[in-house]
Amino acid sequence: MVEIRLHGRGGQGTVIAAKILADAAAREGKFVQAFPEYGVERRGAPVKAFLRIDDDVIYIKSKIYEPDHLVILEPALIGVIDLTYGLKEGGWIIVNSNKNPEEMKFDGNYRIATVPATKIALKHRLGSQASPIVNTAILGGVAKILGLFKLETLTETVKDLVPIKEDENVAATMEAFELTKGGE
Amino acid sequence: MRKVMIGNHALSYGAKISRAQVIPAYPITPQTEVVELLSEMCANGEMDAKFIKVESEHSAMTASIGASATGARVFTATSAQGLALMHEVLHWAVGARTPIVMGNINRAMAPPWTIWTEQTDSLAQRDTGWMQLYAQNSQEVLDSVIQAYKVAEAVQIPAMVILAAFVLSHTSEAVELPEQGKVDEFLPPYEPEYRIDPANPHAFGGLTGPDGYFELRYQIQKAIEDSLPKWDEVGREFGELFGRKYGLIETYKVEDAKNLIISSATLASTARTAVDALREKGEKVGLLRIRVFRPFPSAQIRSILSSVDRAVVVDRNISFGASGIFYQEVKAAVYNEKNPPPIFGVIAGIGGRDVTKKDIIDIYEDIMRMDEPKSDIIWKGVRL
Repeated sequence: MVEIRLHGRGGQGTVIAAKILADAAAREGKFVQAFPEYGVERRGAPVKAFLRIDDDVIYIKSKIYEPDHLVILEPALIGVIDLTYGLKEGGWIIVNSNKNPEEMKFDGNYRIATVPATKIALKHRLGSQASPIVNTAILGGVAKILGLFKLETLTETVKDLVPIKEDENVAATMEAFELTKGGE
Repeated sequence: MRKVMIGNHALSYGAKISRAQVIPAYPITPQTEVVELLSEMCANGEMDAKFIKVESEHSAMTASIGASATGARVFTATSAQGLALMHEVLHWAVGARTPIVMGNINRAMAPPWTIWTEQTDSLAQRDTGWMQLYAQNSQEVLDSVIQAYKVAEAVQIPAMVILAAFVLSHTSEAVELPEQGKVDEFLPPYEPEYRIDPANPHAFGGLTGPDGYFELRYQIQKAIEDSLPKWDEVGREFGELFGRKYGLIETYKVEDAKNLIISSATLASTARTAVDALREKGEKVGLLRIRVFRPFPSAQIRSILSSVDRAVVVDRNISFGASGIFYQEVKAAVYNEKNPPPIFGVIAGIGGRDVTKKDIIDIYEDIMRMDEPKSDIIWKGVRL
């Protein structure tokens, strides 16, 4: 079983990102669970979402306390809230940033990948300049680094699940897949 | 077809695929998505059903009773305060013998205002005569709506399909949507023996004195007793058609178990992972999940408890002044047995406090260290 925690701000599509990942994995026959930090999502506030993926039925129904990997949609949260709590040693931190992975500082023994998701979202006019919706971009990075499913499965899922701008969102996902750094 | 959906939508799809014809409903967190999707599907023609907007849950249930009395298949859904507001008419639905199926999202009761999960809202309605079924995942939610109609219509008693707030209601899981044609074969249209018909006017539910009321109550009890084998039968038939078998209870690793964890809903689901972990440590432990709470499957529970040394019931609910509610019922079921095992009652997860695999392991290990139950409540996780 793989357990992932996603961090973002309300409005960036963090909860939807977890749902899209779950849907993509389910399309390849996996069992999945995606859930928000129940009931506390507000625009602008730090938001968490959780994801479990397994080959078998998932019976555990509690929250995720020791995720295998982290996905950070909002880099401004780094140093502001404790993002890595419970993260398993050697786990991936996939973070929205224009920097190189070596430039990112996290205390602990983790693997780091960076995805220029904000840049990509702005380029494809996803959300506004002040509040870009970065979720579909960061998903391309997740697909590349974690290899949970094929990129085509993910882009099909994005196309089906985003409410508007299907082509732009798919383009963002694909571009992010190419531009993600780390894991080479 | 397999589709990723939240538990609330599993209820909506359950109503759709059961061909519910009338849906009177009032929204309440965390149930809102159930009726949101149903109203959409009624508006866009995906469902051939009448969605009735009402001004309260009391009206939702009242309209449900009226619609059901005309012979329509009726669905509604609510949660917590909404269910409490329905209380008066919940009795009416049973007395009128209207086989409505209702989704209830288990949410803790206010005050203080809260939206997180606990079972006290639905368990407080246990004596209304509604059948109650507690689901452990979204697949079971959908499958149970279909089965609930089949049982409810056979015995003319309404049924609640109950799921945990957020832990199921807002969690996305992959759910297999059964084929409509196969569901139609499993669940034919509702054909009641009696129905309100303007062409043939009758009065229903009028004043009934002591010479008649008693027998009507006896018949309700008989009907609910008749549903006991029905739930197993329908769950088995469902399994043959759709590959997923259900019953009044579900057991896991009980064959050689010396000790038993008993729970319901999503707590029982998590407890299953605790049983696996305890088995790895060499513990002879099994799990009994009570799926149908009304009617209460006393005979099945007695039979399983007859071969164990001790049992612990984990309740996410409380009857103030007494104890956990499943615990009371389990104890009552075995009281007249020759040598019933000691049964420990644990209360955990109140108001949506998370219950982890480790919590269940700790509960089990704690009760294994005790000689006997010293009180009716062992609190797990309360901060004092």
